[in-house]
Formats: sequence, C-alpha cells, structure tokens
Amino acid sequence: MRALDKKLLRDFRRLWAQALAIALVMAAGVMTLLIGIGTYRALSETRTAYYQRYEFADLFARAGRTPNAVLGRVAAIDGVATAEGRIEAAAVLDIPGLSAPATGLVLSIPDAGEPLLNRLLLTQGRLPDPHAGGEVAVSGAFAEAHGFRPGDRIDALMNGARRVLTITGIALSPEFIYSVGAGELMPDDKRFGILWMAYSDVAPLYDMKGAFNSLTVKLTRNADRAAVVDRIDRELKPYGGRGAVGRDQQVSHAFLDAELTQLRGMSWILPPVFLGVAAFLVNITLARLVALEREQIGLLKAIGYRRATIAWHYVQFALLIAVVGTLIGSIAGGMLGRGMAALYQEFFKFPFLYFRDSPDIFAIGALAAGGAAVLGSLQAVSATLRLSPAVAMAAPAPPRFRRSILDAFGILKRLPQGLTMALRNMGRTRVRATLTVVGISLATGLLVAGLFSEDSVDFMIDATYFKTERQQASLGFARPIGASGLESVKRLPGVLSVEPVRTVPVEFRHGTRTRRGALTGKPLDADLSRVVDTDLEPVALPEAGVALSDKLAQLLGVKVGDRLEAEILDGRGVVLDLTVAQLVRQYIGLGAYMEIGALNRLLGEGDNANGANLMFDTLSTDDLYAAVKATPAVAGITLQRETLAMFRKTMAENIGISRGIYILLAGIIVFGVVYNSMRIQLSERARELASLRVLGFTRSEVARILLAEVAILTALAIPIGWLVGYGIALGVTEGMQSELYRIPFRIERPTYALAALIVLGAALLSAIVVRRRVHRLDLIAVLKTRD
Amino acid sequence: MHPHPGNGTIHAMTDPDFRCEALTKVYGSGETAVHALRGIDLELPGGEMTVILGHSGSGKSTLLNILGGLDSATSGRAFFRDHELTALNDSGLTRYRRDHVGFVFQFYNLVPSLTARENVALVTEIAAHPMRPEEALERVGLGPRMDHFPSQLSGGEQQRVAIARAIAKRPEVLLCDEPTGALDSRTGVTVLEALAAINTELGTTTVLITHNADIQRIAHRVLHMADGRIVSTVVNAERQLPSEIDW
Repeated sequence: MRALDKKLLRDFRRLWAQALAIALVMAAGVMTLLIGIGTYRALSETRTAYYQRYEFADLFARAGRTPNAVLGRVAAIDGVATAEGRIEAAAVLDIPGLSAPATGLVLSIPDAGEPLLNRLLLTQGRLPDPHAGGEVAVSGAFAEAHGFRPGDRIDALMNGARRVLTITGIALSPEFIYSVGAGELMPDDKRFGILWMAYSDVAPLYDMKGAFNSLTVKLTRNADRAAVVDRIDRELKPYGGRGAVGRDQQVSHAFLDAELTQLRGMSWILPPVFLGVAAFLVNITLARLVALEREQIGLLKAIGYRRATIAWHYVQFALLIAVVGTLIGSIAGGMLGRGMAALYQEFFKFPFLYFRDSPDIFAIGALAAGGAAVLGSLQAVSATLRLSPAVAMAAPAPPRFRRSILDAFGILKRLPQGLTMALRNMGRTRVRATLTVVGISLATGLLVAGLFSEDSVDFMIDATYFKTERQQASLGFARPIGASGLESVKRLPGVLSVEPVRTVPVEFRHGTRTRRGALTGKPLDADLSRVVDTDLEPVALPEAGVALSDKLAQLLGVKVGDRLEAEILDGRGVVLDLTVAQLVRQYIGLGAYMEIGALNRLLGEGDNANGANLMFDTLSTDDLYAAVKATPAVAGITLQRETLAMFRKTMAENIGISRGIYILLAGIIVFGVVYNSMRIQLSERARELASLRVLGFTRSEVARILLAEVAILTALAIPIGWLVGYGIALGVTEGMQSELYRIPFRIERPTYALAALIVLGAALLSAIVVRRRVHRLDLIAVLKTRD
Repeated sequence: MHPHPGNGTIHAMTDPDFRCEALTKVYGSGETAVHALRGIDLELPGGEMTVILGHSGSGKSTLLNILGGLDSATSGRAFFRDHELTALNDSGLTRYRRDHVGFVFQFYNLVPSLTARENVALVTEIAAHPMRPEEALERVGLGPRMDHFPSQLSGGEQQRVAIARAIAKRPEVLLCDEPTGALDSRTGVTVLEALAAINTELGTTTVLITHNADIQRIAHRVLHMADGRIVSTVVNAERQLPSEIDW
C-alpha cells in the first residue's frame, strides 16, 4: 500500500467519530432513497403484474337495471376489448361474534365460474356453485378478520330477504387491493367484506334476471378512452347509467395511487435533504482537516507530489465516508425497504410481492452519496490546490477578527465575555455558521413536516365527525321509504333522533364542465348531518337552491348565484335547473345538498327518503344492532363512531411508526451537524480554550463558551426550521388533494414545540459528547504545539 | 541525470548548479509591500555545500524557496543547470522538485500518521531512481527506529528522518531551511553530520540556511545576506567537521 494511502486510512481512523456522524447522515439519505425507490418500485411493479394477470378492468360503470342485451352493444364499441356485466348490490350481514351489523358488497360472477375481468385469486376453497344456492366466496381481508374458513356460514339480509350463506372459498381481487366500504375512510375488515356469488343465485334476489347493474370494461391498446366512455354513457343512460369512470376514480386504485405518489414524493424530498446536509458536513470537516494539514500539504508539494494527487487524496477521504454511508444505508435501506414493502403487502391485499434487490438502486444510492461527498470536498480541495508550498509551511496568520456592528453599538460590552467570544467567532466563520443553521433548520423542518399530519387528520376528523356528520349511524334503504317507514326507524330500540336523507345520483353540468356525483336532500333544520360553510361554521341549508362543496364548485366553475343543471341519473332523463345558494366545506367526496322536501318535489315524489341518520342511546347498542340486522328494509349501515374508532387505531399505529422514523432521521441530522460543528470549533480553538484554562477558567466555563455558539445557532435555526417545515407540509398537503378527499392543512403549536424539543435534545446529546473532549483537553500539549 | 563523483572534491567553476540574475521578490503591494529580495546575482557550483547566513527577514528563506521551486520570483531569472526556474509553471516546478530537489525544513514536516519508513516511502514512491527507504534511514543512523511514528522520535531523530526522506530519491540538490533551528546543540551536530556525510558521499549540492554563524565553518562557501541582498561571499579554505563546532 502506498504511503499516502496509509495516511488516508490512519486519518480516517483518527477522525472516525466525525466521519461516522457524517456517514450516518449519508446513510439516512441512501436509506430513504432505497426505501422510497425500492418500495415504490416493488409496489408499482406488483400492482402492474397483479392487474395484468388478473385482468383489472379499465372502466367501471354503475347503472340501474340494464338488460343483458345492452352488453353486446357495449362490447361492439370500437376500443372495447372485453365488456362484462355483473350485479353489484349491498347486503347487511349478521356475523357470529360481531354485535354490529356488517356490510357486504355482493358481486355476481358468471355461473361458469371466473369472471373475465377482475379475475379472482382463490387462496382457499373453491368458487360458489350456482346450483347449490347460497354459496359465496369472501374477500381475504374479511375472512382473515373473522377467521372464516370454507364451510363457515353467515346470515345475510339481501334486498329484504334473509339468506344463510355458505362460504366456499376465500379470494383476492385486483379490484379490492384497498377495500373500503361506502362512506368510510379506512378499511374496516371486520365490518366490510366482498361477497362473490354466482349470477343465477344473486339475480332473483335483486330482481336482476337477464340484467346487470355494473359494467366493467377492458380497453384495446389504442382505444380512444374518452370516446369509449362517451359511447358507454349513451348506451347506459336509458337505464340510469351513472357514467363510466376510469381507474383514477376506482377507490382501490385511487388510494393505492395516492400512496405511491406519496412514496415517490418521499424519495424526491428526503434523500436530497440528507445528502445536502452530508455534503455540508464533509465540507466543514475537510476544510478543517486541510487547515490542520496545511504543512503536510506544503511538504507533499515540496517533495514533488502533483496537485491532482494531493487533491485526490482529500477527495478520497470524503469518498471513504461515502463508502461507509452507502454500506450502512444500503444494509438498512435494503432491510427496511423489504420490510416496508411487506407491510404494504399486508395493508393492501396483494397476493404476492415483487421485491427485487435491484443493483441499479444501490448504484444510484452509492452515486448519490459519492456525489455528495465530492461536492462537499470541492471547496477544501480547491484550497489545497491554491496553497503555495512556501506559504503552507509557514505558520498561518492569526485568524482575523474585526469589530462588528455589535461592537459599534457597544452591545458586546454589555454581554458576558463568553457570549462575546461566541458571537465574534460566528462572525468570523460565517459560512460554517450559516450552513450549521441551514442543517439544523432542515432537520426541524423535516420534523414539522413529518409530525404535522396528525394535526391535519385531527382537524379533518373534527370537521367531518363533530361538525358535519355527527350521527352515530347511517342507514341505507333498499328502496325509498315514506313517512311511515321513517316512523318505524324511530321506534327501533334506543333511537333518540332520526333525520331522513334522500340521495340521488346526478350529473352536474355548467357550460362545458360536467361532474357526476350525488345530490343529497336533508331536512332544513338537520342537526345530525349538517353542512358547514368555508369557515367551518354550521349553516342552515338554503330553502331554495343547492349548497355545493367548494371543491365541486371549483371543478364546475360556479360561484354563489350561478345556475347549473343537474340531470338525475335514473334513466328518466329529469334535468333540474338549480341555483348555487351556498358553498360548503367538505373534506371527503364532492357533495351537493338541498332541502329534502324541495328535492322530492323536483323529483316529483312525496316525502321519500332512501337513508336515515340516527342518534341512539349507547346503552341500547346491541339491541339496536340486532334490530337493524332483522329489518328487511335496511340495505346497508354505516357506523360513524365505529369507523372513527377504527380509523384512529389504524392512524395511531401508522403515525407511531412514521413518527419514530422521522424523529430518528432528524436526530441523525442534528447530531451530525452539531457534533461536527463543535468538534471543528474545538480543534480550531483548542489553544484559546486551553489558554483560558491556564488563566484559571474552570472546565465548565470553557465548555460553556464552546456551547454558547451552538446554542445560539440552534436557537436561530429552529424558527427558520418551522418555516421550512411549514413550506414542506404545505407542499405535501397540496400534492395530496384529490376529488376523493382533501387534506386540510393544519399545524398546531404542540407540533412546532415537539419539533423544537427533539432538535434541542439531539443538539444537547452531541454537546454532551463533545463536552467530554473539552474535559480531556491536554493543556500542556495544546499550548506547546505550533498551531 | 547528472551523476556526480562521490569524492567530495570541488569542481572548477565550470557548470554552476544554481545561477541567479537580478532576482527580486516583493510580497504584497503598495504601502504594505515587503521587498524580500532586492536583486540577487549568484552562482553556486555543483557538489558544494553552501551555507547562507543572515538574520530573520534577510531574505535567505525566500531565496531558498525560489531555488527549490517552492516560490516564484517577482523579477529576474533563476536557473538550475539549464532549467530556467523562473520560466516554469506550477506543474513544471512540481516536476523539477520531484526530479531534482530534496528539502529539509526547520520543523521537520513529517506526516504524523506515517512511520519513519513510510515518511521516506512518500518520496521513494514517486521518484525515478530512489534508494530503498531502509537504506536512506540507515545512512542517517536510524535503521533501528524506522517503524516508529514521529511522535515516538526525538527532535534530532525526526530531523534525520526528514533528511533521509530528502536524500532517498538521490536528489542533485539538497536544500535545508534552518535544519538545526529547533534542536539543541548536541542533537544539531548529529543532524549536521548526516548532512555533511551525504554531501561528501553522494556529492549532492547542498544549500543550508541558518542564522547560526558557527555552522558556516562546515561549508565550502558562505553567503551573508542582509536586507534582501548578498553582502558577502566567502569560500572556506579549510572546512571543519560538524563534531568540531559547538554553539
């Protein structure tokens, strides 16, 4: 080994603590890159393969009862490769051991067995036999939540008829990678499941013989999607077609997509932050190393080493750090990436997972770390290039201090001496001080951005469940019920109050803009399910006209006072002419609300409701649930409070993990920045500090001088970090807005405080580690060496 | 390469190794300008040991640095044999230092993280016809201590490592900047003995600067410098051995 290489390795060993602190920051960068890209790739490749193998449909359309003959016409549309009709309906399930009624989404499959599109992957048992009657295959998550096995039975209320269903198989489907019930936020696998039944078994139950109400379509490779959607909509319109939608509005796909977008965002934001901080740490550490070794550099030049050789020697030092960082990051990232992907596989119901240890990602990680190292070493290395050998071997001039603006105002005179020294020193090492502040503020920002989501989610929960949807349960009826029906709901056990709901599928039109959704009628004085204005203040529904969610209004380009058309999508072709009377704030879905009486009059119907919102006495919960399970008119039930509890539980688990990761990552940055910054200060000021000790300063007083600077810089960095975090969080929130849901942007004060506390804690920890070195300061040796 | 006979005799002033014409060096500019060299004319014959004497600030280090290719002149010309040093760029000077010059500095300038042997290897690895690091160390009497780190060696030993490092590549010239400046008298003598032996045995042209007037007695030629000029040149009729001097 060449002598210069030996020097490199020995320098590296001597500075191992600083090198390791930097390597850890780099490792965090490599790790987040590997996890981000690795998990993103694994998920998106798995999804693509799953979709392909199991023929996930391109278009989905709901309609009323549509004769099977229409299917032939849809299949003949240019651009349609496969079209399949099926029955999609709801059932209320009574499951042994579960007091609350569960909701089943019933889907028909061809009598011959497998559907053509959205094929099923049977993990246990077999598909239902159309001739046996009452046989179902259930979704994997639902089966897992209840421990179902083939042969188990469940009671179901299907369109008012009671059926005992026998489970023959357990299946997964690309359509329900993320399976969430209507109006729910998060999967609740206990209370929501998919039931696949043979067509000829389901059809009579829902009056669908020779007909279908749900269409799935696979497009040809070069299909004109918009044209196909248009033709399908025209074919289905007479039968109450609600309009065909692409995968982007298919709930499972859309949720998965949002998750993937977030993952990709993570691999774009986090690694550059870490690698940038690492580059800065390399910069300050190498700059100090070069300063300390200026005589050695001069000597190497004097004895004839080329400038490039010397420069490369120091670049290699940085690259060694990158090698260590890449190794740690690759091992951690490889393992955590696989773990993350497995967690995702579990959360989203993937039957398999493609996780490849792609060498290219590791290469990208290594390149990124190496790039950061080289970038960080540039300044120090160019200093070695400039150093003239004659100058290098003379002692450096004493550092230049100047009287600053603080001196001019006499401010420094009034400050304690230690603080004066700290302030003067910061003024002299402005670049390093600035970069230290940048590093710490990035960590603070990262924390704010990593911790704020709970604030937003809490805010969203508060707005959704405590300001607007305040009911404990919502019932859906198989067909509209009148006033007497509502009376019988009021008589259910424990029911305290009931509000009727009338929901109709509509297409809103304003100029050339259209949006499909639902128009919901509620009583004028509704107290359970309310609407709130854009300031989240509850407002009464307008007596005339429609209240639109602000997002829908924005999509349609309407404001209060504008008129818009709403065509009822029930096949009758009724078009309502409505005035926008109020804009309301809503975080989930695209709502439109009217006074229920007005809606019914426009529809030409009496006092009809197809849903009801309830408040009930929780002491009677079990009785109520039992009664609901036995009420034929009920087609489905949403239990808002149970949903909320479930949601909170899932969030707590997920947020707990991600919190831990963010705290660890930010801690690594702060520790790395503060530790290196202090070590370098200690190295530069060793003589000064030792002299103070000789003059009679105590160890603690000396340590305090060193700590003062870091304390000031940290205090400066935290508020800047809050702003950085605010910006990142705002960007993240903006990126997550969709038609399905909108995340409100909220950061509460405790989040800022927590971020600051974690940063202070990490800074303090590194200060304690460095303080031990101050205590070991060898007075004689330091004063004797020629600095 | 210009092989020298190893008998230490002085050649006639045929081909001087170093030649300077009206060499000046100014640091800084304007009011703060420092004139380190104010017109040096000089010829140093090959194979000689020259001692340059002068107080600090007399310009002797600046002259040595320019002769060694460590610094550039402000005006005038400096030659090493047929190389015009003042015309070389940085890589030309690097080449010159690598191929022809050995340096010894007052503060040894050893790399603390390398052993004595490795410090010498720093040079032998990039030289064209080096001796083995062990041989160089043996020449300065450090054979038994070659695997010690600088911190484990005394000042005199460290300086002898530096001399071994300087001669290991068999340089044509050896430039020494106050080689005994940081040493006590007795240790200084061992260092001077090593330098004198190299000069005698290898015929290496040696230039040594010092402010210690006693050392001049070991030289062939003595230059006195003051205020950036050479004020006198003396050729010693008789040289003393380093062991005969004391300070």
